[in-house]
Amino acid sequence: METLIILLVGVLTAVAIYLVLSKSLIRVILGTAIFSHAVHLLILSMGGLKKGTVPLLGEEAESYVDALPQALILTAIVISFAVTAFILVLAFRAYQELGTDDLEEMRGVNDE
Amino acid sequence: MHLLILAILIPFFAAALIPFLYRRIGKLNIGWFVLIVPLALFIILAMRIPDISAGDTIAATLEWIPSLGINFSIYLDGLSLILALLITGMGSLVILYSIYYLSPYDSLPHFYAYLLLFMGAMLGVVLSDNLLVLYVFWELTSISSFLLIAFWFHRKNSRYGAQKSLLITVFGGFGMLAGFIMLHTMTDTFSVREIAASISQYTDHALFYPAMFLVLLGAFTKSAQFPFHIWLPDAMEAPTPVSAYLHSATMVKAGIYLVARFTPIFGGTSAWFWTVTLVGLVTLFWGSFCAVRQTDLKALLAYSTISQLGLIMSLFGMGSAALYFGDGSDGALYGLATFAALFHLVNHSTFKGALFMVVGIVDHQVGTRDIRRLGGLISFLPITFTFAMIGSFSMAGLPFFNGFLSKEMFFTASLNSASLPIFSAGTWGWLIPVIAWTASVLTFVYCMIIVFRTFLGQPQLKKLDKKPVEPPIGMLISPAILSLLIVGIFFAPNLLGDHLLRPALGGVLPGMAGAAPHITAWHGFQPELWMTLGIIVIGGILYATLRYWKKVYSLIPDTWTFNNLYNRFLAGLENNSNTLTSFYMTGYLPHYFAYIFTFFVLVAGGTLVFTGALSIDFSNDAPVKPYEFLLVLVMMIAAVAILFVRSRLTSILLNGVLGFSIAILFVLFRAPDLALTQLVIETVTTVLFLLCFYFLPELKKDRIPRNAKIRNAAIAIAGGTTVVLIALSVHSGKLFESISSYFENSYELAGGKNIVNAILGDFRGFDTMLESLVLFIAGIGVYTLIRIKSGKEPKKNEDK
Repeated sequence: METLIILLVGVLTAVAIYLVLSKSLIRVILGTAIFSHAVHLLILSMGGLKKGTVPLLGEEAESYVDALPQALILTAIVISFAVTAFILVLAFRAYQELGTDDLEEMRGVNDE
Repeated sequence: MHLLILAILIPFFAAALIPFLYRRIGKLNIGWFVLIVPLALFIILAMRIPDISAGDTIAATLEWIPSLGINFSIYLDGLSLILALLITGMGSLVILYSIYYLSPYDSLPHFYAYLLLFMGAMLGVVLSDNLLVLYVFWELTSISSFLLIAFWFHRKNSRYGAQKSLLITVFGGFGMLAGFIMLHTMTDTFSVREIAASISQYTDHALFYPAMFLVLLGAFTKSAQFPFHIWLPDAMEAPTPVSAYLHSATMVKAGIYLVARFTPIFGGTSAWFWTVTLVGLVTLFWGSFCAVRQTDLKALLAYSTISQLGLIMSLFGMGSAALYFGDGSDGALYGLATFAALFHLVNHSTFKGALFMVVGIVDHQVGTRDIRRLGGLISFLPITFTFAMIGSFSMAGLPFFNGFLSKEMFFTASLNSASLPIFSAGTWGWLIPVIAWTASVLTFVYCMIIVFRTFLGQPQLKKLDKKPVEPPIGMLISPAILSLLIVGIFFAPNLLGDHLLRPALGGVLPGMAGAAPHITAWHGFQPELWMTLGIIVIGGILYATLRYWKKVYSLIPDTWTFNNLYNRFLAGLENNSNTLTSFYMTGYLPHYFAYIFTFFVLVAGGTLVFTGALSIDFSNDAPVKPYEFLLVLVMMIAAVAILFVRSRLTSILLNGVLGFSIAILFVLFRAPDLALTQLVIETVTTVLFLLCFYFLPELKKDRIPRNAKIRNAAIAIAGGTTVVLIALSVHSGKLFESISSYFENSYELAGGKNIVNAILGDFRGFDTMLESLVLFIAGIGVYTLIRIKSGKEPKKNEDK
């Protein structure tokens, strides 16, 4: 299972990198969103999958799955949401100001 | 703490105090407070003269980085004492002078803070025994010199001159540092005294000569020796007190001090003798040659300083031959050159300081330093004229002034060196007195220009900005003291010779302090006397016929100067670095991402491969159920499909597919909290995307060239593969036990049965708090970005 998930992470990462490298700002943002998906799965699979039961002590089980990656991912999900929301609004503003979402056209002018 | 260590630190403390004092004292000039510092230090140092002249030395150490052999160790011998007295003595006079010279509109606290900074640094240079400490102070003098040259920073020339001096002296300083480190590699110590004691074992070492030339590079750049002299004339943009202090009396002597200090280490070799002597002689000649053509009095003095520094340098070179012979009559014969060097070092500070102050007075009272506009000032500024005459005649080497004594000794030394039996001096030795004499003739000519063109002839009052009158008495005190010294040293030279120069000679040529001669003004009809007489006659003729032979100077094309070389080099450097920078800093985001990912693949992937950390082991895997496999397959297809869809809506939905599938995976992987959060967040994100896309343009076909597409695909696949390989390796090998079991006591430790919640809310509660802070900041950012008014109009103005 872990190997399968790791392969999935690899595919997601490759797709994300390709999107981030493209000219359109929207694709770049999509790329960052996919990046965070990939990273969440990566962290989870690093802790080992399905090695026990849900990490609730009330279950009285023999063993629980690793709770630490889950806590990390929970934080990461929320933060990546905040970042995505911010970049989206930034793109919206940039489009309003510059009239384009093409990074080629957004290329900075010499400031001197 | 030893008093002398304190002496170095006091100027720094005083400099730090100035801004606070300046606010308190009101109308009184801050210079009066600053004056106390060098005066007190001068008295402290002067009280050491009896001990030092008796042959004692003083050493003290304050530990700094003892494990690396770097200690704040100071060492006061005759050589350091002369320099330290010059620094504090000239410092006092210059500060007194500057109180009257600077206008109240100048930023006085800056000026005096920089000046004190310099004073402390310079004392540090001459008193340090540890090479690295010396280096630190050395660079500090360069920095304070930079600040002082650029004191009137609104002038373009000041900034240019400051930059030039900094670049050249710091360049040399770096070379010197490398030389110091080589010395440390050889001798395993940073102490000058210890190196000098043990260097005889290392003269065959491969690093001996590289170290010598690197140390000399530092000395030559600092002391403005040919061809590094070009920074000194541009440094004259500094206020005149600074020129008098840093750029003639003290800082430029740091290089000479370094040569003197290192003579016991490198002296006695042919390479040292010829390099120092020849560079000094060439500088002596070139400086005096260039000085004659100058029309700005300060520029003239700058070239004359270069020339005189060359003279002192060449004398130290000649004197180093004495170390070859050791203690004996031959040693004493050549050791005379070193004695003359020390003598001229002191004399030069007196007469050049006086001359700079005179030029400052002329500039201050008349409004110009251009000799084409000056003339006949003798009737308006008679006192100033007297000082100018004393200073110039001393520099020209005329009798009744101290310059005469050291100049005659210089001729004696050059004649001695011409007949040196070693270092193959027989072939080329005759050049030494010839160059020395020629340069002295030119020196005579420019000294006459200073006096006669400025003070005699027809007054040109119409060309002047102000009606000339004598300056306030305070401005005349310092040049008066220096003029008295010039005459006083001539009549009682041995007072100086016995108490200061003799112990200093011992510092340069160890064990030869006894070789110090008795200074006499008259020693019969010797060749030296005829040389002086020849200078006066030929120099007089040359001065009278100056306008006929001045055409010589136009023979050298302007494009051939070292200045031009420097400017071209700098411009080329700027252009090339600009081209290089704009080659990769394209302002195009995908390029930067491409750099980042390529770097990641190379470094992370490369490390993985080259360290052999790559290992793949499937044995630990959990079993895969068919529906799980299907889910993963769907996600992969959805992800790849995003690359190819043209419609925005489809790509958002595909992203949603990924997000919700991950929520299902979370369920499968026993993470109910994650699944819940992921569901909520994914829903909100999708809505947000849709909302924003409403305002954003339709996706265009990514119109990038085909090869760029292939390159991007390659980077993407390489990045994905690297991540897979790293993840597999991490998964296969466990380096240490997981810390997770600790959190399974969450009920006892935190009172929560849900472990994930306990971690977030208790174990790592602080992180969670900061996380909500991040959310808050992002929220503010989103809100402001939406509410902010379109700034199009003012932006356009900014661009222009």
